[in-house]
Amino acid sequence: MKLIFILSIVFTLLFYSNQEQAVPIVDFKGLQPYLNKQNDTTYVINFWATRCKPCIKELPYFEQLNEKYNNKKVKVILVSLDFRKSYESQLLPFIKRKGIKSEVILLDDPDSNQWIDKVDAKWSGAIPATIVYNKNSRSFYEQSFTFNELDSVLNLKLSNP
Amino acid sequence: MKKITLLIVLSIFSVLSFAQGYNVGDKAISFKLKNVDGKMVSTADYNNAKGFIVIFTCNTCPYAVAYEDRIIELNNKYEKKGYPVIAINPNDPEVQPADTYELMVAKAKEKSFTFPYLWDPDRKVSAVYGATKTPQIYILNKEGKDLVVEYIGAIDDNFEDASAVSKKYVESAVSALLARKKPSPDFTKAIGCSVKKKKV
Repeated sequence: MKLIFILSIVFTLLFYSNQEQAVPIVDFKGLQPYLNKQNDTTYVINFWATRCKPCIKELPYFEQLNEKYNNKKVKVILVSLDFRKSYESQLLPFIKRKGIKSEVILLDDPDSNQWIDKVDAKWSGAIPATIVYNKNSRSFYEQSFTFNELDSVLNLKLSNP
Repeated sequence: MKKITLLIVLSIFSVLSFAQGYNVGDKAISFKLKNVDGKMVSTADYNNAKGFIVIFTCNTCPYAVAYEDRIIELNNKYEKKGYPVIAINPNDPEVQPADTYELMVAKAKEKSFTFPYLWDPDRKVSAVYGATKTPQIYILNKEGKDLVVEYIGAIDDNFEDASAVSKKYVESAVSALLARKKPSPDFTKAIGCSVKKKKV
């Protein structure tokens, strides 16, 4: 009996330590606060999806950026535009398989005409797309990045706050 | 100094990349491209058409795939009323290997497309139109010898679930044109896959 009790505690601990990051599912209203923080941090927000080839290609660079600026006031947020129905079957397994450390959010709001302009008026809706912003300024990029390109746009933002 | 140069280069780049393509009201070029049956299809061949529903789409983009059945329905509904669908694949297969001509042929066969699915790998048409993503729709109206852009944007307001759609943008735009009215809205946006082209 005691053994079962101890085993269950061990398993519970193992389970929780192996838990991947929680991936919240939000509509655009729920996402908006992440796009408009007024603090000392610079945010790098990337819009992507697991089945978007150029997104997957550049995803490691966002992870690399997240690691490089770990001790600076920089936060990388990966906003997935995967379908809600692929959340369990594709998105969560993908995050686990790739060991993604940056924060991931699923934006589940298919009426995208209502919110694309609120992300940025220049955005056509094509992914990948990226915002780099802090409380003083904001830049939007509808393009793919190499690590060096990403690093330099972030540096530009950090050195001209 | 280096940073200022970079800033200038970046801003010129962003201006250039958004300044191209058609707006609603512009005259559009006619085009002639290779269809999945091996024959050339030209907008000039459609003597009885009142206009066209031009759809930039591709083989595997999940947003494009989610709309395949709805695109077939659009053609079934509006071809006979004078607004046939013409689908164009704007992707360079060297960048997106899922969009070779052969795989387009396979897609058209698998889905029994009732409309042309044209190949535009070097973006002769899509670059002039300004297509940035798939799927992206341009509704053209014939005015004399001209083709005028009357609507640019999404098919409807739900890319994930056809049964949850509340606004059918393309249907309402074509209905407006059939009633000799201007579409409203005439411009919408939707999430799509970037057009695959080589980096310049």
